[in-house]
Amino acid sequence: MEQNIIEVNNVSMMFNKSKEHVDNLKEYFIRLVKHQLLFEEFWALKNVTFEVKRGEAIGIIGLNGSGKSTLLKIIAQVMKPTTGSVNVYGSVAPLIELGAGFDLNLSARENIFLNGTVLGYSRKQIRSLFEKILDFSELWEFVDLPLKNYSSGMVARLGFAIATVNTPDILIVDEILGVGDHKFQEKCHKRMNEIINSGATIVFVSHSIDDVKRLCNRAIWLNKGMIVMQGDASTVCSQYIMQS
Amino acid sequence: MIKIKGMFYGFFKYKDLLAELVLRDIKIRYRRSVLGIVWTLLNPILMMTVMTLVFSNLFRFDIKNFPVYFFTGHLLFTFLTESTNTGLYSVIENSNLIKKVYIPKYLFPVSKVLSSGVNLIFSFIAMTLVMLVTKVPFNITILLTPVILIYLLLFVTGLSLILATLQVFFRDTAHLYNVFTLAWMYLTPIFYPSVLLEEKLNVVLILNPMVYYISYFRDIILNNIVPSLEQNIICLVIGLIFFIIGLVVFYKKQDKFILYI
Repeated sequence: MEQNIIEVNNVSMMFNKSKEHVDNLKEYFIRLVKHQLLFEEFWALKNVTFEVKRGEAIGIIGLNGSGKSTLLKIIAQVMKPTTGSVNVYGSVAPLIELGAGFDLNLSARENIFLNGTVLGYSRKQIRSLFEKILDFSELWEFVDLPLKNYSSGMVARLGFAIATVNTPDILIVDEILGVGDHKFQEKCHKRMNEIINSGATIVFVSHSIDDVKRLCNRAIWLNKGMIVMQGDASTVCSQYIMQS
Repeated sequence: MIKIKGMFYGFFKYKDLLAELVLRDIKIRYRRSVLGIVWTLLNPILMMTVMTLVFSNLFRFDIKNFPVYFFTGHLLFTFLTESTNTGLYSVIENSNLIKKVYIPKYLFPVSKVLSSGVNLIFSFIAMTLVMLVTKVPFNITILLTPVILIYLLLFVTGLSLILATLQVFFRDTAHLYNVFTLAWMYLTPIFYPSVLLEEKLNVVLILNPMVYYISYFRDIILNNIVPSLEQNIICLVIGLIFFIIGLVVFYKKQDKFILYI
């Protein structure tokens, strides 16, 4: 089982930090003529290399703006790195922002199908998982109500339920343990533990060092886009706290 | 080769998502309107009625079966404008999806084209109703309709992919394209006979792709003519050229989208 499930090879990500985005034609031509097409490089990630083995839980820590979320998005294949490559072997459930892709004008029933297909399920699969999703999110009462009438907690519950209804090979979590009320948070924790115990790989970003220590066995510390340290979660965490 | 294989695999994997996106468009469009889906039938009929009233009373053209003549042009042109206008916004509209989960991005413009296609089918039904009422004979050549629709689908999909890409990088595209389609509509023989252009602006007749599609369509609906091989080749080639350019442009630029939306 010592198999790599995620390989991040020398990944760098560059953004254009120029003061204004040139996104209209007139501006573009004026600047082209004046040779003012500002292009200020900003490297959100620089030469990041690491591997994750199947079944590991890995935590990514670092200050704001250290490139954690960018790294997650690259692993989730939402972004392509400027240089370097990422290989992911397995299905990914991204809990990056719950309910991305919900259409607020549609009901929960319709959104389950829309969001489910966004996550790569077939309609047949969703039909068979439909009751499980609604059971978990406890939204049977409101199933045919448009989502715009939901509270934000309810929307997040639905998002979490859809994303975690199947046990994925890799679960990517970006600081979402604050879903809904206390009772539902517990339920989320329980479900995440279930997924971890099923042998799934976890990539977890958090500012809560306690959560990282509790959930992860390895940690990566990022600072300004570079890996400062990686290794055993408790060692990295204590170093991180000492330094910052 | 692997890339093409991957594309087909991706298309197969996400075909349900495509269906859901198309369904969403249709559901949202008629949500909370009393007549709902009936509007897809009613809308083109009402349009035609207005145009027929205007043009048979105010401006007279010597056109036989004006309602159906208008309908055939209007049908195809509306499909063009509707799908390209919605396709143009499709990528930036779905920015919050694109930023958070991985999905093939071409699904957005393609889903817009297909949901306009559904509308087109309803308009086609409306047209057959009008043909019944105005006693225009049904010719066997009407069976060629799917052929012209496939040619047009290629053209429109390609154009939508190009416009969606442009719109991501230059937000002026939408405004420019609005004006452009207005001119395009007036330069297409939808409610006037194409002879009118022949005299004054023959070059438009040659350069305007919609002219070929619409005259093909009129041949099979109104004139009971099986379009010539030449017509078929022109329509197919225009469609393919735009489709291929659209695909190439979109694929080359799609990884940059996320930095601009």
